Amino acid sequence: MPHSDYTLLHAIAGGILIGLGSLLAAFGSGKLPGISGMFSRVLRPVAGDALWRLVFFAGLLAGAGLMIAFNEPAAIYRPLRSLPVVAVAGILVGFGTRLGGGCTSGHGVCGLGLGSRAALVATVTFMAGGIATVYLLHHTGLAKLVR
Amino acid sequence: MKPRLLVQLLAGALFGAGLAISGMLDPARVIGFLDLAGDWDPALIGVMGGAVVTFGGGMLLRRRMAGGRGWFGRSLPCAMEMRIDRRLFIGALVFGAGWGLSGFCPGPGLANLAALRAEALVFAPAMAVGMLLARTGFGVDRE
Repeated sequence: MPHSDYTLLHAIAGGILIGLGSLLAAFGSGKLPGISGMFSRVLRPVAGDALWRLVFFAGLLAGAGLMIAFNEPAAIYRPLRSLPVVAVAGILVGFGTRLGGGCTSGHGVCGLGLGSRAALVATVTFMAGGIATVYLLHHTGLAKLVR
Repeated sequence: MKPRLLVQLLAGALFGAGLAISGMLDPARVIGFLDLAGDWDPALIGVMGGAVVTFGGGMLLRRRMAGGRGWFGRSLPCAMEMRIDRRLFIGALVFGAGWGLSGFCPGPGLANLAALRAEALVFAPAMAVGMLLARTGFGVDRE
């Protein structure tokens, strides 16, 4: 596995692409393009305000698929959890992002980029939640729960 | 395709390509970033930093050059004036727990569908269920 091919440059270049994609989506739609918000609105489409989000997601899959196909570091994929654990996690992520009003992109990229205080609080909180969860799962007796 | 939609297609493609090249689609890398007490992998700071500076800088530039105008007659979005309340904290904590549990946040959870990865095929519908639960059970729908 070519794991060593991945460098900090990939991280930064990828971040810049994510930022550019967010910019285009914001310029073209007039909305803040958080992934969780856009996805939840695809689930409950409003006439005349749904198609652009679907098209965005089509592009998301196309862009990711092309990268995975043609760039080795982008194809690195190491799932760590069983599918039932992933299912529980998905429910938590869906529920939490709606309750908290955003995810890594809405709060973490768009909100922080615009200097929003609520986004900063949310980002620090979900980071802390993720760090605490990984700590519990990897460094305490709870590890057997996710095996 | 209308130019307005073409822009969104391109936006999504850039976003998806960025997620893939940055390593965000790899759950082990994401969990490695959250594992401060383990073999910590700082790379995702680069992802976040690159994205925040690009988006924040681009919005600032556009505002300087074109005022509050976006494209196709739309105005630029403003920062969410969201209340910092219990909901925000609890929601972010629950989201963070799910993120740490799986290594997927919403973008990568969806983008991994492009490779038909089993985890994504489970995660994406589960996330939809979580969102519907939040909406029907708690009437939550924040922008």
